Amino acid sequence: MQNARTFTPSADKSAILWRSFRTATWLGWQIESNWADPFLFAVYSFVKPLASAGILVIMYSVITGGAFDEPIFPYIYLGNAFYIYVGAVMNGVSWAVIDDREHYKTLKYMYVAPITVPGYLLGRGVARMLIGTISVAITVLFGVIFLNLPLSITTINWPLFFVTLIIGVIMLALLGLILAGITLMIANHVWFLGEAVAGALYVFSGAIFPLEVLPAWIRPVGFVMPITYWLELIRRALVGNIAAAFPTLAQLSDLQLLGILSGMTLVFGIGALVIFRWCENWARERGMIDMVSNY
Amino acid sequence: MAATRIKKNTGLRLFIQTVIGRAYPRVIGQQREKSWLFFDVFLPLIAVSAYVFVYRAIQAPQEYIGFVVMGGAMTAFWLNVLWSMSSQLYWEKEQGNLALYIIAPNSLTAILLGMALGGLVATTLRALAITILGSWIFAVQYEVASYWQLFLVFTLCMVALYGMGMMMSSLFLLLNREAWHISNMAQEPVYLISGFFFPIKNLNFWVAAGASLIPLTVGLDAMRQLVFPAGASLGFLSVNTEILILVGLSVLFLVLAQVLLGYMERLAIREGRITDSRN
Repeated sequence: MQNARTFTPSADKSAILWRSFRTATWLGWQIESNWADPFLFAVYSFVKPLASAGILVIMYSVITGGAFDEPIFPYIYLGNAFYIYVGAVMNGVSWAVIDDREHYKTLKYMYVAPITVPGYLLGRGVARMLIGTISVAITVLFGVIFLNLPLSITTINWPLFFVTLIIGVIMLALLGLILAGITLMIANHVWFLGEAVAGALYVFSGAIFPLEVLPAWIRPVGFVMPITYWLELIRRALVGNIAAAFPTLAQLSDLQLLGILSGMTLVFGIGALVIFRWCENWARERGMIDMVSNY
Repeated sequence: MAATRIKKNTGLRLFIQTVIGRAYPRVIGQQREKSWLFFDVFLPLIAVSAYVFVYRAIQAPQEYIGFVVMGGAMTAFWLNVLWSMSSQLYWEKEQGNLALYIIAPNSLTAILLGMALGGLVATTLRALAITILGSWIFAVQYEVASYWQLFLVFTLCMVALYGMGMMMSSLFLLLNREAWHISNMAQEPVYLISGFFFPIKNLNFWVAAGASLIPLTVGLDAMRQLVFPAGASLGFLSVNTEILILVGLSVLFLVLAQVLLGYMERLAIREGRITDSRN
């Protein structure tokens, strides 16, 4: 046979992991973006987040008479904008299980292919993260242009912003892996699982209101969630003086918050791998890897 | 061997039988699968809570908390129309049932009507649960101005809304994978322009007038005017005007649903979309 390419299977685990991640990223992007022409896809990417922000802006405007200069407004607006990442990254990873098992019915093939499944799932989440990034950027830009959001390129603490963003995205992807593991184990309502978790985190992490507004007995829930610290750091990096106006985490320095966020991410990272493996074994033993519920 | 004769219904009897047959799984499914109590009540309650806490953070008057609870309950109907009416025929196509619907000697309109009635009953239960729980948790007070008007507004709103759902489902008949994305995209923008969490009066008049084509916009506005003491002062149009609009929308959407369904069914058959499943 002429011109045949030889394929040498790689024994290197990190090479397999990277290959799985890279290919899944490309696949995820194709799935997420090729259902429409680029214009419709662009509209889809910004209509939903802008509408969500619009609801909050009008609610705020109705009550305060359009007092967008008050510190609470950037607090709400930026928290809501960056919370897009939570839904995009966390659900992006776990949704791949639903998509592949229920919709495309290909999850079993992933398990027989020479790939690393966690790497594959994380890769599938990248596409949604990219779309989420576009949505966040457009929402923030809209706020700066039309709502006087006090954001200036010169005053942003860029190193803190990028470090926080990267740690946050990793943390959210690992939370997504935990959700993916749980999704493998259940048949009904997997569709709502990510939404339920993201919704609960939206309330308890003080994304769109300071934690002090919550009843005192619920507040501790917010303090054990890394997203609370992540959003606080993002606000401090972008609008430091305004973020300081709220007492929730005011007693902690940026470095302390970064330490807490990094520590929690590490704990969640180890936990995610252990939990995912356990869930995966559980699902294999009960024949749930290729289960189609048609639910 | 004596063959058993099956009594076959035709005409109106078949139509009614089809409606009941399609509504049945939606209503009975509620009884068999109790987990909806958690997912279908808990999820909207989370959204309601988030918006309630935002209003509290900016010290809004108490009636706005009531507006949010009511709006949150009504999201159940919009989600039902979007996901279980409009995109239902897409799901049926994906599962291979759509061709069976077409082959069977019954009317597709009857199937959609059955879906609407079944969905309406099931969703009313969810909305009621959200309203009761939300009102209890956030201490919402109601003062109903007219019970019969409230009943009339709700009924007309549902007729128009599910008529709209039937009409939209015929449009979705031609869609494939994009159906999911389009339904997903139609959630928040409708929450925004229909004033689910704030009085629609606060939008620009022409935006609110345009949004009134969605029955929930005027239905919700009229219901808020009827159940909250301060509702009337925050209403977009008078309740009587909104009732007239809802009557008009009900007729419009039911007629359009019937016409479009026939047209789209023929188009889908001609273009070979009935059994087409492009993932």
